[in-house]
Amino acid sequence: MWVDLVKLVLSISLSEGTNKMDYEMVSKEFYHALKNQQLIGGKCQDCGHYCIPQRQICPKCHSLNMNVIAYSGKGILTAYTVVFVPPVEMAQAGYDAKNPYCSGVVELVEGPRISAQILDVDLMHPENIKIGTPVTMTTIERGDEDHRSAFLAFKPN
Amino acid sequence: MTRSKWARGVALVGAGMSKFGSFSEKTSRDLFVEAYLDMQIGIEKELAPDRIEAFYLGNFSSDQFEKQAHLAPIFASWIGLSPISSLRIEDACASGGVALRQAALAIASGEYDVILVGGVEKMTDLNIAQVTEALATAADTQFEIPAGFTFPGFYAAMATAYMHKYQAPREAFYHVSIKNHENGALNDKAQFDKTILEILESKKIRAEQKGRPVPSWKTEIDFLSDPKGNPFIAWPMALFDCSPVSDGGAVALLVAEDIAKEFTESPLYLIGSGQASDGALPDRESLAYIPAAQIAGQQAYEMAGLAPKDIDFAEVHDCFTIAEIMASEDLGFFPRGEGWKAAMAGKTSRNGEMPINTSGGLKAKGHPVGASGIGQINEVWKQLHGKAGQRQLTGNPHIGLTHNVGGSGQTCVVNIFERRD
Repeated sequence: MWVDLVKLVLSISLSEGTNKMDYEMVSKEFYHALKNQQLIGGKCQDCGHYCIPQRQICPKCHSLNMNVIAYSGKGILTAYTVVFVPPVEMAQAGYDAKNPYCSGVVELVEGPRISAQILDVDLMHPENIKIGTPVTMTTIERGDEDHRSAFLAFKPN
Repeated sequence: MTRSKWARGVALVGAGMSKFGSFSEKTSRDLFVEAYLDMQIGIEKELAPDRIEAFYLGNFSSDQFEKQAHLAPIFASWIGLSPISSLRIEDACASGGVALRQAALAIASGEYDVILVGGVEKMTDLNIAQVTEALATAADTQFEIPAGFTFPGFYAAMATAYMHKYQAPREAFYHVSIKNHENGALNDKAQFDKTILEILESKKIRAEQKGRPVPSWKTEIDFLSDPKGNPFIAWPMALFDCSPVSDGGAVALLVAEDIAKEFTESPLYLIGSGQASDGALPDRESLAYIPAAQIAGQQAYEMAGLAPKDIDFAEVHDCFTIAEIMASEDLGFFPRGEGWKAAMAGKTSRNGEMPINTSGGLKAKGHPVGASGIGQINEVWKQLHGKAGQRQLTGNPHIGLTHNVGGSGQTCVVNIFERRD
């Protein structure tokens, strides 16, 4: 209940066009927002370009007039892999050749793409995972007990 | 018609390399010295070390791999070159190619006449998980690595985008691997000295000797299609799609064009050079090719006044098999979407219309990342001088191109060399 209220407050304060955000322009804020199940990114108030994660300078027109906004968290899968030989952190999270995971690049409805873990796909038959699949954001917690963090993930709608 | 803005021309007058492989007894400086001595053997006229005015070293991450930073002055001192200007250049796996280009620019500017360029990486002291983690620092560790991506994973994702866009089958990748192993087997500096056919035969013999069921593989394709022979690393990239973890060093000697004949009767001229950058994988214009490679290639062609059809052969950055196929399109050798067909049809083999990676490429020669770009230049040196032994191209090639990529495509540097008779 309390969490839902936080989400509601955030979604209001992050609505498009708002100038002062609950989140600052520094890159780590992306993960602070994820903890609240919120996908944030940037939108240039001069040229309308979207970029995710948010950044201080518009990569398209170089304007400093950037806002942090809430993204819809909807998109389509544009590229993916199923990783059988994981890096250290993913191995610590329990992944290995018998328990692989999917990482992908999602094109968001706002336009830009982002990398994320892809959940609820057929890991034993990677060829069945389809580019173009509509997906929705979620988060996945990883890390040891003292340092659990929320990471961006998507799953098919 | 060349359109070079360089103040003067630059020539390559010598190249050398260590054997690439896994050498527990050697450190990066030993590999560098091995390469330097190899170049001295190959150079026709005596190289007086006191003619070397600067030392540019490409190295990705000796800090992580060997807990040793600041390699350039250490190496320079080690071979008696102090107090010349010595610097290390880092652009991930493109460090070597970028170091060469930067040295060329320094000569073109008039500041130096003679520069020793090196590339080195000593990777095998770490275990595979540690190597994976060290390489991952070449990607965006804040926003890409937390998604679970590894380097095989990045190229695997590009492979899915490519396969989807052009209906390419996985089998196309096998042909890159088979060809590069065949070439590498003819290169005594290569990490792998066996063709894929020889590898599968030796696995069958070993299974028989140990009393295990003997696999039924008859052809390379049988073997590469079987996850028991060729396990997935990051689908669709399997073990034989991936370049190995390697140790190695390579060097090249660059000089001002007008003094080149003081070093060798047969210099190669650096007639085209280009370099470009890009963002993390999601930020690219396309995931089915590497935009920075296309741009760097265009710059190099424009400077040289050449078109892709003028290139006799190329050493491209095949860190993964999909990378060679994308490179063959990014550099304009084949139209977009045709690279996989060209690979399957043998057009990139030694006797094909556009030979690629006659050295064995990173796949079979090995990929000591900071050295790879200079390793490519060693193959150009050999092929253009007719000294590539059993893998020598016929037809008297005189223009060779190198394509060296950093990360998943954030950096690309292309250099074109010409032999003038």
